Amino acid sequence: MIEWITSAFIILGAGFMLLAAAGILRMPDIWMRMHCSTKSATLGIGFMQIALAASFLHDLGVVMRAVITIGFIFQTAPVAAHMIGRAAYLMKIPLWQKTLRNELKGQYSTETSRLGNVFATGKGPEESHSLES
Amino acid sequence: MMMTLQPALAAASVMLIAAVFIAFFRLLKGPSLADRVVALDLLSTLAVGIIALFTIFTGEAVFLDVAIILALISFLGTIAFARYIEKRESRRGRQS
Repeated sequence: MIEWITSAFIILGAGFMLLAAAGILRMPDIWMRMHCSTKSATLGIGFMQIALAASFLHDLGVVMRAVITIGFIFQTAPVAAHMIGRAAYLMKIPLWQKTLRNELKGQYSTETSRLGNVFATGKGPEESHSLES
Repeated sequence: MMMTLQPALAAASVMLIAAVFIAFFRLLKGPSLADRVVALDLLSTLAVGIIALFTIFTGEAVFLDVAIILALISFLGTIAFARYIEKRESRRGRQS
């Protein structure tokens, strides 16, 4: 019985990881690729670790290590994706041609690369924040 | 001993190795540096999955520590690459 559960979770996890790889190959834009790889691969890792914990149920250390791995990856993957996405936006990589809306346009100061509405006051983001508040 | 697990393990191995090859193609081809960093991040995540699969296959629990450390190191590597890209772009913006 436990082996059937393990097999199901292994297949699910590997399928999600294959989906992540297919997305990173086929998506047209770096942000879409990043969305694919981060979310889908994280879910795949979660399923694989659940399968691992299910097949090592008699060993509490392995179960705890699987839980720690799940928690760690679920915390660090969004942070890493956020940093890479911000760096890619600052690199001025072109968006997909059919992108409808770019809400960050003009929001980054080109000198300090910080967020803040630069064109509202014509000054840097720190001054505009202090003027608004 | 684990007869029902064998087909699932074989299928999952094939899927993960295909995923590694696809991600490696993106790592080679990627138009910009950020694409390559994303592909590298996916590769390390796939390596953690492969280690989990190998642990289920062999029953040896020592490889799990390697998986945890690999996740940690890949996170730090991605953060370092992002900081590097940001610093490079800000320096380039200041020069021009």
